[in-house]
Amino acid sequence: MNSGIDLQGSFIQLLVDLGLPVEVARVAWLPLPMLLVLVGATLGVLVTTWLERKISAAAQQRIGPEFAGPLGMLIPIADGLKLLVKEDIIPAKADSLLFTLGPAIVVIPVFLSFLIVPFGQNLLITDLGIGVFLWISLSSIAPIGLLMAGYASNNKYSLLGGLRAAAQSISYEIPLALSVVAIVMMSNSLSTIDIVQQQSGYGILGWNVWRQPIGFLIFWIAALAECERLPFDLPEAEEELVAGYQTEYAGIKFGLFYLGSYVNLVLSSLFVSVLYLGGWNFIIPIESLASWLSISESTPWLQVLTGSLGIIMTLLKAYLLVFLAILLRWTLPRVRIDQLLDLGWKFLLPVSLVNLLLTAALKLTFPFAFGG
Amino acid sequence: MNLADGVQIVSFGVLALMMLGAALGVVLLENIVYSAFLLGGVFISIAGLYILLNAGFVAAAQVLIYVGAVNVLILFGIMLVNKRQNFVPLRNAWVGKITTAAVCLGLFALLGTMVLATPWAISTAPVAGDTSTVVIGMHFFSDFLLPFELASVLLLMALIGAIVLARREFLPDALEREETQQPVLTLPERPRELASAAPGSPDRTLGTSPTQRNV
Repeated sequence: MNSGIDLQGSFIQLLVDLGLPVEVARVAWLPLPMLLVLVGATLGVLVTTWLERKISAAAQQRIGPEFAGPLGMLIPIADGLKLLVKEDIIPAKADSLLFTLGPAIVVIPVFLSFLIVPFGQNLLITDLGIGVFLWISLSSIAPIGLLMAGYASNNKYSLLGGLRAAAQSISYEIPLALSVVAIVMMSNSLSTIDIVQQQSGYGILGWNVWRQPIGFLIFWIAALAECERLPFDLPEAEEELVAGYQTEYAGIKFGLFYLGSYVNLVLSSLFVSVLYLGGWNFIIPIESLASWLSISESTPWLQVLTGSLGIIMTLLKAYLLVFLAILLRWTLPRVRIDQLLDLGWKFLLPVSLVNLLLTAALKLTFPFAFGG
Repeated sequence: MNLADGVQIVSFGVLALMMLGAALGVVLLENIVYSAFLLGGVFISIAGLYILLNAGFVAAAQVLIYVGAVNVLILFGIMLVNKRQNFVPLRNAWVGKITTAAVCLGLFALLGTMVLATPWAISTAPVAGDTSTVVIGMHFFSDFLLPFELASVLLLMALIGAIVLARREFLPDALEREETQQPVLTLPERPRELASAAPGSPDRTLGTSPTQRNV
């Protein structure tokens, strides 16, 4: 298997050639991918908020933002600047320490999860052995931040919103994790790189979505619920709870919640594309195409092409899913809290267990197709 | 000492301080909600120590189970219990405090001597690292099978117990009779028809259209 471009290796080699010791070169490399991913994630959020405005406008037969830049593309920047310079209000009777800490605890795990999102064979921050498990465990921290924000606001709507968010997040974590376990069972590894590798080779036919259709649906529903997107946005249901746990927040603290929820949406879409839609793989396998055209795998321009195609494919798949999520938001009505919990515990949980058993049985029966 | 060792020692110090400080906060703070949130901090620091020991899987499991489930449930418990009761200062409270201190010191001494007296056989086997998931799985299904299964049975019992408690029909009948009594602090509800049919009631004037009111 061709290892593709190794940016880290070449960067360190370059610094060592310039006369720096190896350790210093490694330390100099460390912040680069992190910064790049942080900036990338924030940019992704800006694009997503713009998409949200434009697609919602199209869904309601409006035009949407038009005058701020070409096609209103500067609107998200204006939004961000507005939130940055707005007055940061802490209610008089609120618990100011927890009130400040809450948004941070919600946002930090989401950004940390970008550690393991692969955009190519070597294009990720770190290839951890525990891979997706890290994401699942990190996303379970967020409810604490929501509870904290809800409690510290000293407002009944906020507290109810925080409690709802935590209950929802706990209930949908389990079907989510079980459908990930089915994928892990097929690829024999928790690492995101291995999961994508296992889907490569047959182009679109090798993607996990064909082998795990039930798991794909469960994962998508549970991911939407984890992100508190509209069919499941009960924690901030504006008709019932004003804005849930965000009610008392203003300025950049509200901005952090906003940012966190959109980063979470992008992250979940990225994970759906990694786990089910073949990650960075193109619709047709590039390697076999190259060998068919008798181009060597180590040709530099081919490697650059494969690398950039990988990034484009991952983002394209993720943003198709974001588009779907936005369309769902402007199409579906909100469910009630009891319906939500019923769906999670009485439907998704048993179905995902059955899916897990089915995967195990299929793996034993057809080891060649289900990663024996 | 190279860079990696230095980073490890510094992060160990930071994590140990965080853990001790948070644990003291859990015990000593008056506000129970702060204690519950600090408990999450203790769990996170323990997960950090696991990462320092090259046990990434155990660290992630620690975060998932203790922070994501146990701590959230504790917070739920605190925030959903609506018991307003004044704190009655106990007489002779110092007896309890001194007993607690004695028990804690005794436990600490016992554990301390145990730590010092045990000849720790440090394993020479290479660190499992990323393959630790496989090693843990193998242990669960061979020599640790019985504790693993016992823990599952315990969890099942807790699950069934919770369901039995939550389902009202298993409660004795005596409680139902109490519930039929009128609550003390609320007014008995007036029948709705009488209120709206009363002359000059606000419902009626609001129901008429503006033109009728002008007439």
